[in-house]
Parts: sequence; C-alpha cells; structure tokens
Amino acid sequence: MNEGREPIEQLGHLTHLLKGMLESESPEKKQAQQIIHSLNEELKGLTIHKRIQPYDQVKLSRHPKRPTGFELISSVFDHFTELHGDRCYSDDAAIVTGIARLGDIPVTVIAHQKGRNLEENLKCNFGMANPEGYRKAKRVMKQAERFGRPVISLIDTPGAYPGIGAEERGQALAIAENLYLMSRLQVPIIAVITGEGGSGGALGVGLADRLLMFENAIYSVISPEGCAAILWKDAKKADEAAVALKLTATDLLGMGIADQMIKEPTEGAHADPHQAARALQDALIETTLELLAIPLHRLLAERTTKYRKIGVM
Amino acid sequence: MFKLFPSCPACHSTHFIAFLKKDLYRCNRCGHLMRISARRRLGMLLDKGSFKPMAEPLVTTDPLVFPDYHDKLLEARKRTGLGDAIIAGTGRIAGMDLALAILDSHFIMASMGAYVGEAICQLIDLAIERRYPVVITICSGGARMQEGIISLMQMAKTAASIAQLQDHRLPYFAVLTDPTTGGVTASFAMLADVIIAEKGSLIGFAGPRVIAQTIGQDLPQGFQKAEFLLEHGMVDMVLDRHEIRAALENLLMLHKTRPYFHQRSPYERRS
Repeated sequence: MNEGREPIEQLGHLTHLLKGMLESESPEKKQAQQIIHSLNEELKGLTIHKRIQPYDQVKLSRHPKRPTGFELISSVFDHFTELHGDRCYSDDAAIVTGIARLGDIPVTVIAHQKGRNLEENLKCNFGMANPEGYRKAKRVMKQAERFGRPVISLIDTPGAYPGIGAEERGQALAIAENLYLMSRLQVPIIAVITGEGGSGGALGVGLADRLLMFENAIYSVISPEGCAAILWKDAKKADEAAVALKLTATDLLGMGIADQMIKEPTEGAHADPHQAARALQDALIETTLELLAIPLHRLLAERTTKYRKIGVM
Repeated sequence: MFKLFPSCPACHSTHFIAFLKKDLYRCNRCGHLMRISARRRLGMLLDKGSFKPMAEPLVTTDPLVFPDYHDKLLEARKRTGLGDAIIAGTGRIAGMDLALAILDSHFIMASMGAYVGEAICQLIDLAIERRYPVVITICSGGARMQEGIISLMQMAKTAASIAQLQDHRLPYFAVLTDPTTGGVTASFAMLADVIIAEKGSLIGFAGPRVIAQTIGQDLPQGFQKAEFLLEHGMVDMVLDRHEIRAALENLLMLHKTRPYFHQRSPYERRS
C-alpha cells in the first residue's frame, strides 16, 4: 500500500520544477512542454496506488480476515502452552495467555483473541476483555517475573468490555493494577499492536519497554467513530476523526510512542498471514535479545523515564 | 455564571446561595451533592491558609494540533482561572502536612491530558521528597480525547508514580466524587490505599450511556453509584460531603509512621 507514496511525491516535485521552467523563456519552455507530453503518454498506462488514508488503515486493522492472536501465536512461537483462568472468577477467552518459546528463548505470551465468525466471536466477545482477562494476564506476568521470562503481549481489541458485570467486578481496577504491575515488572516487556489498539483495553496489557506496531495497526484513546459522535454528533465523520486522532503506526512512530513498525504485505496482513507472522517473529527475536542484554536496573529505569516524559516539554 | 438562587439539578428546588454555601452545596431537600470547583473543595478540606500551590508543570499543550482544541483550552482557562483541570500543592489538615491535588470538572470535564498527568506525578515526587501522605480528590470524564495517545499514556505514567509512592511506604487516600470515569478510574483513582466515595457519585470505567448502548437494555437503578461500588467491594467507604474532612483527618492520624517501617523485611527480594 505504501509503494504508491514515493512516486506521487516525486511527481509533485517534478510538476513543481516544470512550472518553474514554463515560466521562464525558451528554449526551456519548449523542453518542458515536451516532458509534459511524454509524461501524459506514460500516465495513460499507469495506475498509481492512492495514498492510504488513516480511516482506510482503521478498516484494515479491523479486517475480518486479519490474523488473530491464536494464528499469530501458532506461527511465531513454538511449544505454546496455554494457561487458563484468573484463579478468581472465570477464564476470559478474549485474552489468551501461555508460555512458549520464541526461537530458543522461553517467553510468556499474552494475546487478544478476536473470532473468525459469530460463534467464535460470541465466545471471545469480539476481543473485548472483562476484568478476568486482565487478571489472568496479571497472574501470568507475575509468574513470568518469578521465572525470568520476557513478556510478549499481542494487542488487538476494540477496547475493554463495557458491560454491567465488567463494572461490578472492577474493570477499572483490573486495568489500573496491570499498569501498576507492568510499570515495575522485573523482566522485559514487549507489546505489539497487531490490529486495533483500543484505548485502556489495549494499554491494560500494553505498558512495555518497547512498543511495536504492524504497519496497518492503529492505537487510539477513543475509536474514530466514538470521537466523531462526541465532537460532531455524527459517527459518520469517523474518517475526519481518524485523521485528527493521529492513530496510525506512522503517527505513533513520529510522536515517539511506538518504537518500531512491522512491514505488512502490500494489501495488508490478511493477504499473506505467513509473511506478516515472519516479519513479526524477526522483530520480536531481535527486540527480545536487545532487551535481555540490558541490565535489569537500567531496563526498569528506562521504562520509568520513557513513560514519565510523555507529554512533558 | 453566578446565580443568587440556584436550583438543585436533582430535585429542582431553589436555594439561596448563602445558605447553599454554608451547607457545602448539598441540597437540604433531597441531599444531592452539587458539583463544585476545585478551589471551593480546597477550602472545605484544608486548614485555612495552609495551601501552597506547586509550580505549574511544563507540558505540551496541543500535541495533535486537534481541531478547535486550542480555543477550547483558552476558553476553559479564562473561565475557570485554572491552568488545567487540576490544582495541586501542599497543605495541612488539623495541622498534619499532606500533598493534595483536586480535579475540577468545570475544566473540560476534568479529563486527563499531559498537564493533569504530569501534575499528579510531580505531586507524588514532592510527597516522596518530603515524606508527606497524598490525598487526591478526583472527578473526571476520562482521558482527554483531544490529546489522543498522549492522554492515554498518562494512565501508564500516573500508575507508575503511585507504585513509586508505595515503594516509599507513603499512604495515598483518594476521594472519588461525581463523576469519576474512564482512564482516570482505571489508573491512579483505583490504586489508592483507602478509597472514599462521595455519596451518590457516579464511578466507573465505561460511561453509562456506552454500556446501555452496548448491551441494548436499560441499566439497573443505582448502577455505578458510590453505594453500588461499596456493595461490590470497590471502595472503602461512602461519605456525605461534610464528613470527608474528618475522615481524612482520622486516616492521616492512623497512618503516622513508626520506626518499625524503616527496617528491612527478611522476606524482601533483593534484585
């Protein structure tokens, strides 16, 4: 999708040059006219990718065929052993947790799970976790700390579930406690936004030493539809809100919130899930090794500083 | 806007402003607690003249250059006389020192952007430096949408600051007032050692409208009210407005540190 960008920019530059030439006297003027003519001929046989808009990326991040948490886990890790339940109330299928090997490094994996069809989605609640999901994640992170396993969190959620039961059982507390724990967890944490990074629901398993984002993933404080509904009383203006919220991987890299972008196949991750998974695996191995080489006290100090300076001049 | 005879938003009865002030903005007909500014609440909590404000934090004000946000900020600053939705500093309750912050719902629904987040963190730094207990009186619509991802990240940094405060074994008491929702509830609000909820306040993660929309049915009576949270084990006590100062005084007194605290536990991990 990004291949279209460079030629368009070059074309803009060229047009600018040509305009300058046209304004001057011949023989440059004649040359310019010739170039324009030949360009027009070339353009006839050319299709240029339209520059992808933020809202298109929002749609790609939610694409029904986009690789799910389970699918990414099975192609990125070996020996994945799923661990169930928060030891308190239930097992939340919206967040999958377990132990696995990344190359030859044992890691703890946390992943949001969206379903492929209605039946699956009813089970995993469209990737919207209840407090039990966050508490299960907390349980496995504490284990990871005790056994010295890096934590890898694959995030893809519209947000934490807004339901009656979720409020009764302390959705806010569950997320807050995870932020507290992750801010000082004594192992490296890598978070990857693989699809939708929906606000507190994403951050609740997303405080990390490194934040990676797939090229068409988004991460935002509110959905563009929600933002448009509040600001302009019109959810249909979501495309404008998507621009204003600066929620794409490129935006987040620019603001220094994301650390690395993982390339996707041209049509999006769903077009070639294996290629996407391989790119993710490469990025994860490299980042994990890099973080494991940092002494613990420095890792923790850097994590604290990284978040503390966000928004500060 | 100043009104000589404001009416109660709950029962619509009319009150004379002078009596209302004396009653701490509590309706004497129905008991409803009206929303009040941070300055007014400050006066209700602290010993007179003891408040010393912190310096304003230096933060990026409009990181996304979000449509109309700049004007909205300027308008709110002019109207409230505040730098943002929070005042923070040190003061005393019954002669006992504390670090205090109060959020103000009249400033863009006390939503948390970089300013509020950094102010909370600086307050906690100050508390650690002086070994003061921390009291935060909270209300908020959540993270400030107009600051996008920067506002979301304030949840992470405030939670991390609370963790540091706990490392130093300093107590933190939160007073949750109407309304406390979203990213603020899901970060520093729920992490307090003792949580006091003001009577009748709306407290939750998702807003009631969003929940009703999601589940497609009406919400039960009293859902997400302070009393509901007490029943579900989410807060320690529900108090009327005039009881809060005394409760804080009592808590501060009960948390005075003893030398025992400074001994190292044999079970503490060294890493």
